[in-house]
Amino acid sequence: MQGRPSNLKLMNRFDLTCRLVSRLTHDEAVIGGIGNSNFDLWNAGPRPQNFYMLGSMGLAVPIGLGVALAQPERRVFALEGDGSMLMQLGVLTTIANRVPKNLAIVVWDNAMCQITGSQPTASAGLADFVAIAHGAGLENSAWAADEPEFERLVEHALAQDGPWFIAAKIDGTAPKGQTPREPVIIKDRFTRAMAVKPGGPVF
Amino acid sequence: MTSDEPWHVPIIRALKDNDVRLVVHVPDNVLRPLIEATAADDFFTSFAATREEEAVGIICGAAMAGLRGIVLMQTSGFATLANVLASLAVAAQIPALLMVSERGTLGDFQVAQAVTARATRPVLQSLGIEHHTLTRLDEAHFITSRAIVQAYKTQAPAALILSPLLTRNLPGRPSTGGMP
Repeated sequence: MQGRPSNLKLMNRFDLTCRLVSRLTHDEAVIGGIGNSNFDLWNAGPRPQNFYMLGSMGLAVPIGLGVALAQPERRVFALEGDGSMLMQLGVLTTIANRVPKNLAIVVWDNAMCQITGSQPTASAGLADFVAIAHGAGLENSAWAADEPEFERLVEHALAQDGPWFIAAKIDGTAPKGQTPREPVIIKDRFTRAMAVKPGGPVF
Repeated sequence: MTSDEPWHVPIIRALKDNDVRLVVHVPDNVLRPLIEATAADDFFTSFAATREEEAVGIICGAAMAGLRGIVLMQTSGFATLANVLASLAVAAQIPALLMVSERGTLGDFQVAQAVTARATRPVLQSLGIEHHTLTRLDEAHFITSRAIVQAYKTQAPAALILSPLLTRNLPGRPSTGGMP
């Protein structure tokens, strides 16, 4: 049986989030999952096209699917931690069957529920997110072995038809700060940003 | 409206009148005619989610991006939703539309359904979510349509509970076209 590739570098969530956000030039939507995923998205620089999900653990990917279905002309990234992704694996099968071309899922895998006390998740054991995504029917699924490969995969997700699934092994560095707990303001800003057409030809 | 139209017809009309195009469902035998009608109609994007939480996430994302959606589920499915309603739809003021087929009452044989049926309204009540129960064919369009209008105008989730009084045939009342 095939296991996780052995060459995966332990990267940093904030650094990778910055690398992702710096490539967003067409008002792409980004959904940041609960906890450190949306904190580091906030730390990478607030954007109105970012939805910082403060509760509802596991729903960043379903929310991303909803945005992608509503606006097929806009690229959408959903960023989730490993604990959150494990809570809602079923959505990967839904996405594989709907085939939203404009959706990319990014899983930050530090093999723990970091914010609640670093309890190990199943990916500290044998679970392999990319194997799971492949099994769900997501063909374009890959581990990013290092930073240049992560950037390459993001470029693919921006330029080519998805859905995409990108997983990255990350370290246990705490985020530099936290997103303000203002769900109504976050939602209002995001909704207004989504009402503006993406700024330029994306496809 | 005709008195002998199936129960799902006025609901379909209310969804169309209010531009609710996305229908995400978790299977339920009572909801079957509504699920099948939305799947057969190009107006709708209609598909199944693996569980109700996922469906709520999908329609919340769609609502924020300008596509109106509704989740179809049964009472046991609703019972899985308290956290995501509290921390997403209620907290962020997202007009998530929920349609719950009411199992576990008026003669249901499933004890598990009966417990979740009794919990449905108290959970909605304590979350502060507007909810209405549809019991009559001649009210189905009005209640559904007005609840959608209010959800969007007030930016709040809303729940519509489909009573067996609507979805099952009852002697002496207009035929509902529901399950025997």
